[in-house]
Amino acid sequence: MKRIGHFLNTSRWCIAGLIIACLSFTTLADEQRGDEIAQARKTADTGWGDTEAEMRMILRNAQGQESERKMRVKSLEVIDDGDKALTIFDQPRDVSGTAFLSFSKAVGADDQWIYLPALKRVKRINSRNKSGPFMGSEFAFEDMTSFELEKYRFNYLRDETLDGAETYVVEQVPIDEYSGYTRQVVWVDKEHYYVRKIEFYDRKDSLLKTLELDDYRQYKDQYWRAHRSEMFNEQTGKSTVLIVDELVFDTGLSDDDFDENKLRNVR
Amino acid sequence: MIANKFIRRFAPVCAGLACVLGSASAAANDLEISGEAGIQMRYFFEDALLPQQERTQASVYLQPEFFYSWNGGDDRLVIKPFARLDQIDSERTHLDIREMHWLHLASDWELLAGISKVFWGQTESLHLVDVINQTDAVESVDGEDKLGQPMVSFSYFTDFGRLSAFALPYFRERTFPGLDGRVVPPFLIDTDNPLYASSQEQTHLDYALRWQHTLGSWDLGLSYFDGTNREPYFAQRFDPETANLRLQPYYSQITQVGLDVLAVTGSWLLKFEGIYRQDDLENVPVSLNSVIEEDFFAAVAGFEYTQVGVFDSQYDLGVLMEYQFDERDDTAFVFGQNDLMMGLRVAFNDIDGTTVLFGMVQDLERSDSYSGFFESSSRITDQWRWSLDAYFFSSDVAADPLYFMRREDHIEFTLEYYF
Repeated sequence: MKRIGHFLNTSRWCIAGLIIACLSFTTLADEQRGDEIAQARKTADTGWGDTEAEMRMILRNAQGQESERKMRVKSLEVIDDGDKALTIFDQPRDVSGTAFLSFSKAVGADDQWIYLPALKRVKRINSRNKSGPFMGSEFAFEDMTSFELEKYRFNYLRDETLDGAETYVVEQVPIDEYSGYTRQVVWVDKEHYYVRKIEFYDRKDSLLKTLELDDYRQYKDQYWRAHRSEMFNEQTGKSTVLIVDELVFDTGLSDDDFDENKLRNVR
Repeated sequence: MIANKFIRRFAPVCAGLACVLGSASAAANDLEISGEAGIQMRYFFEDALLPQQERTQASVYLQPEFFYSWNGGDDRLVIKPFARLDQIDSERTHLDIREMHWLHLASDWELLAGISKVFWGQTESLHLVDVINQTDAVESVDGEDKLGQPMVSFSYFTDFGRLSAFALPYFRERTFPGLDGRVVPPFLIDTDNPLYASSQEQTHLDYALRWQHTLGSWDLGLSYFDGTNREPYFAQRFDPETANLRLQPYYSQITQVGLDVLAVTGSWLLKFEGIYRQDDLENVPVSLNSVIEEDFFAAVAGFEYTQVGVFDSQYDLGVLMEYQFDERDDTAFVFGQNDLMMGLRVAFNDIDGTTVLFGMVQDLERSDSYSGFFESSSRITDQWRWSLDAYFFSSDVAADPLYFMRREDHIEFTLEYYF
């Protein structure tokens, strides 16, 4: 016993040191690789300016019953911070005219307001709701905000062929403690640096949702946008399909179109 | 009566409207028609204080909206009439023009002329700062329904917020249920014979100014109002015909400064509204001499704390608490002198958008004086929604304004259709 203990004592530190050195080397390398891929992903989608989109959300419960939402989304790119977005709901009819204004932030809480047309009232929303469902769908508020490097720590996992396309698989860990996720695993297309798939892991680190993005179309000879994305809840069997029916770039939007003081005039 | 008055007043306007709409629909597809309609049933838990009052009350309502825009959406015409037909209460059967205005938008200013609705403020349990529109008190107990207000308003948008000025050329009297109706004190509120401080009565020109701005996590609003008080005092008079008391609404002339503040911090929304009001004390009815103050201060302050996904569910749970303070005495028929509102809001976050809000307002000076509320609603299909609301009132002391509502506990079911 004593001998073994002695042997362990002398060799323990060497082995431990070696393991730590190897681990930290690969970890550092994977983090750097992850950062590079995320950076490339961000760069590929920088400078798009502004867009207006018409969208449909098809909500499906586990029994296959469907309900449809229709909305219009105006987006404005904000360089060096999160983007601005204005969502106007057209369907269901009881929420038609309701407008949701969001200034997403790279760091810290987003600024959000909702306009309730029946009361003519603009209400500030608590932005810690990011993990809450968006309009009863499987998309959380935080899934709808823009991708910013400052929101995550990245870690390259592996290369993988997904449905015939070469991808990098990168793990991203949300920095905000109010995120609903411990981590996300993202499949990034090697050729165009757009996202093909995301797995979301809940606070207990079990798989919560899977997002698959399809029907990518290119705009302005540069920017790729998915026209169909499906969020599937692995724990409840519910799903939401988000379909972009129309997308127009460079519609001339400016900060003036995203003013909480003008929200009551939004149609 | 009121319905008749409105029909007479608005008949020529409606005819004009029909012409405008006719030509508009012929002109382009920029005309949008939408709206809502519904059926409502009220059931009262106790027999009323007056023998003629019923325990069930049914009604239907319709509120279409006609929207026409031109000039790339920078010029807009909105027409939104409202009508309710009540089974038992002729005062609740009424017609109103909620909106009928022209709005012109420019990049840093806007101009609105016509009938419209404006909301100011941040708190939930009382709206002290919100003074532009008159309350349509026959509609609901919560006072959230408003009558259309004729106005010309100009707003200017700057980097330091929105500045607005309002000229309000015509005053709308508050609506009240009749003696056949419910959720009303057991006295006739004589809406046909209101009293005014100003000899110009309804044609007194009121005006208002407002600044509102967002500074990071703060939303601020500062407002000024000079004109006819939207909130009537009640002059008591003995009515020899019925050998009962009759309440005459008295509309005073006021100047009011209001401040509303909202701050977001973490999961908390902190809310404050405060007003300072001066009364001109002109033509005050004798019975109100000791009631109306030369000036007073009133405020509401509180919070809303929201927890997302409680107990590992998809539900959001909100806790609301607001403290109401008013310098005036109870005798002024004012609620919220020293009261506490506590509430719980549950958002189910389901496909049907189900929400439930319930709570109570407790008078901190009289333990027997409180009211309770329960509001819930959910979607049936894309166009249909149901709502179920209930209101409870309790008071044992005749000097408390709530005392006269003690038999008005009721439940209200509404089937809403949106088009």
